[in-house]
Amino acid sequence: MTRKASLFVSCFNDVLYPETARSAIRVLEKIGVEVEFPSNQTCCGQIHINTGYSGMAVPLVRHFVDAFSGSKEIVAISGSCTATIREHYLRMAEKTGDLELVERTRELVPRVFEFSEYLTGVLGVADVGSSYPHRVCYHPTCHSLRSLHVWDSAITLLKAVRGLELVDLPHAEQCCGFGGTFSVKNSAMSSAILADKVANILASGAETVVALDNSCLSNIAGALKRNKTGVSVMHLAEVLAHGIDREEA
Amino acid sequence: MSRIKAGFSTSSLPRIGNSQLRANLRSATSSIREKRARVVGEKSDWEELRRKAEKIKDQVLNNLDAYLTELERSVEDVGGKVHWARDSQEANEIILSLIKSHGSKQVIKVKSLTTDEMQLNDFLQANGISAYETDLAELIVQLGNDRPSHILVPAIHKNRSEIRDLFKQTIARGRDISDDPAELAETSRSYLREKFLSTEIAISGVNFAVAETGTVCVVESEGNGRMCLTLPRVLISVMGIEKIVPGLDDLAVFLELLPRSSTGERMNPYTSLWSGVYPGDGPEEFHLVILDNRRSAVLADPIGRQALRCIRCSACLNVCPVYERSGGHAYDSVYPGPIGAVLSPQLFGNESSLSLPWASSLCGACYEVCPVRINIPEVLVHLREKVIVDGHSSLAERSLFAALARALTNTTAFELLEKVMLTVRIPINRMPVGGSLPGYLGKWGVTRDLPEIPKMTFRMWWRHRDG
Repeated sequence: MTRKASLFVSCFNDVLYPETARSAIRVLEKIGVEVEFPSNQTCCGQIHINTGYSGMAVPLVRHFVDAFSGSKEIVAISGSCTATIREHYLRMAEKTGDLELVERTRELVPRVFEFSEYLTGVLGVADVGSSYPHRVCYHPTCHSLRSLHVWDSAITLLKAVRGLELVDLPHAEQCCGFGGTFSVKNSAMSSAILADKVANILASGAETVVALDNSCLSNIAGALKRNKTGVSVMHLAEVLAHGIDREEA
Repeated sequence: MSRIKAGFSTSSLPRIGNSQLRANLRSATSSIREKRARVVGEKSDWEELRRKAEKIKDQVLNNLDAYLTELERSVEDVGGKVHWARDSQEANEIILSLIKSHGSKQVIKVKSLTTDEMQLNDFLQANGISAYETDLAELIVQLGNDRPSHILVPAIHKNRSEIRDLFKQTIARGRDISDDPAELAETSRSYLREKFLSTEIAISGVNFAVAETGTVCVVESEGNGRMCLTLPRVLISVMGIEKIVPGLDDLAVFLELLPRSSTGERMNPYTSLWSGVYPGDGPEEFHLVILDNRRSAVLADPIGRQALRCIRCSACLNVCPVYERSGGHAYDSVYPGPIGAVLSPQLFGNESSLSLPWASSLCGACYEVCPVRINIPEVLVHLREKVIVDGHSSLAERSLFAALARALTNTTAFELLEKVMLTVRIPINRMPVGGSLPGYLGKWGVTRDLPEIPKMTFRMWWRHRDG
């Protein structure tokens, strides 16, 4: 029987980074997972919750639970969206007093996985047959590192990529300064934190920065591009999708 | 309807641009950070200790009424006197009347955040009494008419050449001194010894108070605290109601956690414990002032109350990317950094503290190092919500988020929004980069390019693929 997974793309990736979602599908299909896209999905509510508009996000929680009610395993291509679901959903559902929603949320949350976590932890896959012959550093985004604890899974996957040279990112565990609306509410502070992240990336000698969250990567890329560093950013899924078709052919 | 003043984003701005301050903070926080990580790494049972400490503190906070009366009884049993203060004003008045009753005109103090919270020094000065700080860093801050900028190292914003200049202007008695740390320490020592020997009353803070035995504990690194606690005839110690531990065994847990978390030391250099008074040994009079100052109101908040577990180690400051780049003064509170961002709005609720819950990228480094497992990001998000529910956000922002929430709960509306975005993608992608754009886009664009909007959303592509 084919394994089936539902992709949670997230609003941010849907609009700005469709290539990451397409890559995730290619990788999952390559290893024999049938991917579904429940078309009612929109947003996990992270922006609202983290900015302080938790009350407004309650309908988003309900919407998410409805959209994925028929899914057995849900794969999210964003570490921070996954963390939002794990850390806030049950508490928010409980706030509504709707016991049915609470029950459905309780049942849904453990079925949501971050992409790299799904590959290594759930499927036990380390090598998907990709090749990316470049020097790469890995930035463990704060939610991936401190909420999901998925540092190892991304490293395992990257190490299996043909031709990829993984270099150390100094002070990798430090925040990039994004923080959602923090990046605009405290934009100078956010930029000051980002400046050090960029300096560390340049010091690493990497050509490409890889992470599990396009939101953090858009922040990092924004400064890398503005400063004409020539260093690119890439979601892990895109690195893993690199060259997998060629191998098939 | 009030709006959150720009607050932290404004007050941090000049600090972010101050290269001397940034260098001082970078070097100080990174060296403490590394020391802490090293000594914490040595303890295989660190997680277990953290959980124990969390449990002890929660046990105390959940039964605080009983522990407080137990503490009062046991302190008085060993010859101390307990004074209850509802707020700073009451606590200051109590202390003033104790000083007056002895006819004194000066007191010495050892580092106490709680008396800083009460603004005791200013209050005493206004009443003709001089209070001399004896903790070296606090002394530096006091001599410079400055404010502390860190919980544990209040003068972290100053480097040694700045301190040399300050000492030369104040306590060096005309001597020329270098910025050699030993020479700086000697200068302060000869100034302070005189104070220790000539002052009748000392005021201290409290790290822990043991309910069962009435024992009070102060931990410090210099020994100046111990002089304050033992030389004067009268000792007045000030504590918040949350500083209790049930028994001496519980204290042991915290004495393992605190030095490793705060200074990165395995053991604290000077740990003073005393229970009441003994004839012929130490102070003849001991007063314990127990302060509420809205702590009991914080206790009523099921998410916010975990902030009262804090043992003031300051590990969260040292790992915070925001604190490292702003320093403590930007928080405009006696409690800076991540813990300050959750304590200040709850304890003071003043205008300047309302922006503090947003002074964080929610990176979670603070929670990871907290020895009593305060989930600071959780409390920050909770306080953001509370401040907004209280009506302190702008109408424009609220409308934007409300409209967005509506669009995101309706797939058709969301798809429409996506289509609108795609129709304007070419002009948006061609927009001049930089800070000239309106609103949030401009704030982003000052230092960062915007991501390029692609030709097609993912769901459009999926529909094509599905045929």
